[in-house]
Amino acid sequence: MTERFDAIVVGAGPAGSAAAYVMAKAGLNVLQLERGEYPGAKNVQGAILYSDALEKIIPDFREDAPLERHIVEQRVWMLTDKSHIGFDHRSDEFNDPKPDRYSIIRVQFDKWFAGKVKEAGALLICDTVVKSLLKDANGKVIGVKTDREGGDIYADVVVLADGVNSLLARDAGFRKELDGDNTALVAKEMHFLRPEVIQNRFNIGEKEGVAFELVGTLTRGKIGMGFIYTNAESVSIGIGCMVGDFAKGGLTPYGLLDELKAHPSIKPLLAGSEMKEYTAHLIPEGGYKAVPKTFGDGWVMVGDAAGLVNSIHREGSNMAMTSGQLAAETVIALKKEGKPCNAQNLARFKTALDDSYVIKDLKKYQGMPGFLHGNRHVFTVYPELMSQAMSTMLRVDGVDKKTKEKQVTKAFRQRRGLLGLVGDAIKFARAFR
Amino acid sequence: MSKVEEKLFQNRYLLDEGNPHIRIKNPDFCKSSCAQPCTFCCPAACYVKNEDGGVDLTTDGCLECGTCRIICQEHNNLEWEYPRGGFGISFKFG
Repeated sequence: MTERFDAIVVGAGPAGSAAAYVMAKAGLNVLQLERGEYPGAKNVQGAILYSDALEKIIPDFREDAPLERHIVEQRVWMLTDKSHIGFDHRSDEFNDPKPDRYSIIRVQFDKWFAGKVKEAGALLICDTVVKSLLKDANGKVIGVKTDREGGDIYADVVVLADGVNSLLARDAGFRKELDGDNTALVAKEMHFLRPEVIQNRFNIGEKEGVAFELVGTLTRGKIGMGFIYTNAESVSIGIGCMVGDFAKGGLTPYGLLDELKAHPSIKPLLAGSEMKEYTAHLIPEGGYKAVPKTFGDGWVMVGDAAGLVNSIHREGSNMAMTSGQLAAETVIALKKEGKPCNAQNLARFKTALDDSYVIKDLKKYQGMPGFLHGNRHVFTVYPELMSQAMSTMLRVDGVDKKTKEKQVTKAFRQRRGLLGLVGDAIKFARAFR
Repeated sequence: MSKVEEKLFQNRYLLDEGNPHIRIKNPDFCKSSCAQPCTFCCPAACYVKNEDGGVDLTTDGCLECGTCRIICQEHNNLEWEYPRGGFGISFKFG
């Protein structure tokens, strides 16, 4: 294959497909390469799709995208071994004609998105691993080497959208190897149930969905959280913790997942379901401080490859799509102006990304990974104290309420001390600021 | 059958027989100088302690997450590549 392309996009996830779609739509000659046997074959997400990022790329995506349920209720549950305390938010406003978030099944979604890319005129080749980047004598990226015979392909720009592991970026020296303290490992299962059962069990109507975020003792002191999302005919349940925390010992990823499924508050939600797939995947959670340089001579980096994930708000695929779109728009503008895709010109992509919600949000929470690493007790101590407080106050057992209040206050002060409590609050507030 | 094997049994793989995409560079190193976190971090239980005190690696159930590569980087004792194009895990739902 000696054909030359305007752009080669490595990967057919949300970042790669967004970039390829926008460039192909603008008339660029685009090649998209995917290592799986179909788009999505290697991809994993919870998954919640935020409409806004996709709407800016494909405004009428709701017409044919494989959307499972629009989310009308979010439940944040703080778990101890035997209890949960919930903070739920549900609003009929989420039944907007254009809902702002949906549960999706990633393989189906990625197939659909890649189909749109093909319709827009890009060439998609699956079953192909990009082994390395081709560079000229000056170090400018000029193409890719694939694992196919005679598999060198050339382009003016290569979009690295090869996901969290991005061996390409690492091997080219564009990024360091992932760090266990900044990377979460998520294990997840797909549980199938009849739609009516899901609707009854989760108190939702047809097409409506619920998203759960689960924190507390379920992660056994590791930094992490769990989730449950309702799909049309299935429920996704998963738990993710820092790789570095898993490496210290304790339960395996599947051990934690099995414990979560057996939790007294969770088990009834999955009763009678048929498990049809078990997946695991990494999430880059280092935030702002871990984002590498996202552009250079002949290349840009987008999505998980660049670590664009807001772990506090569970946003990633939206950032992937937005970064793909912004990278594509940069390349399109340079083509129009007849300028080369060198580092100096591609720096416009960084400017655009910095001006977008992507980098602004990552910047806002840059203190959070550090806070959590220094304060693992927030995952166990507070849920236990809160649960204890709730059962003390709610149990009617002849003890007067004043005495109960004293018991609760005493428990908090014993576990963390007054200074510890105040310190935790201040540090937490700072990390959020 | 262990519980994780029951989970992996639900998955769809295209195995590249005789061509594992991950290799332990120096198996002797695992015996002496390592706490073997791969044996409890791998979500597919691909790494199993053996009778010699080392680690056996079978990549058939690999989910291609990359966890082992990250935790082994301080020892640099893994050769980790993606399976050949089209091979390995093919998620149905993802």
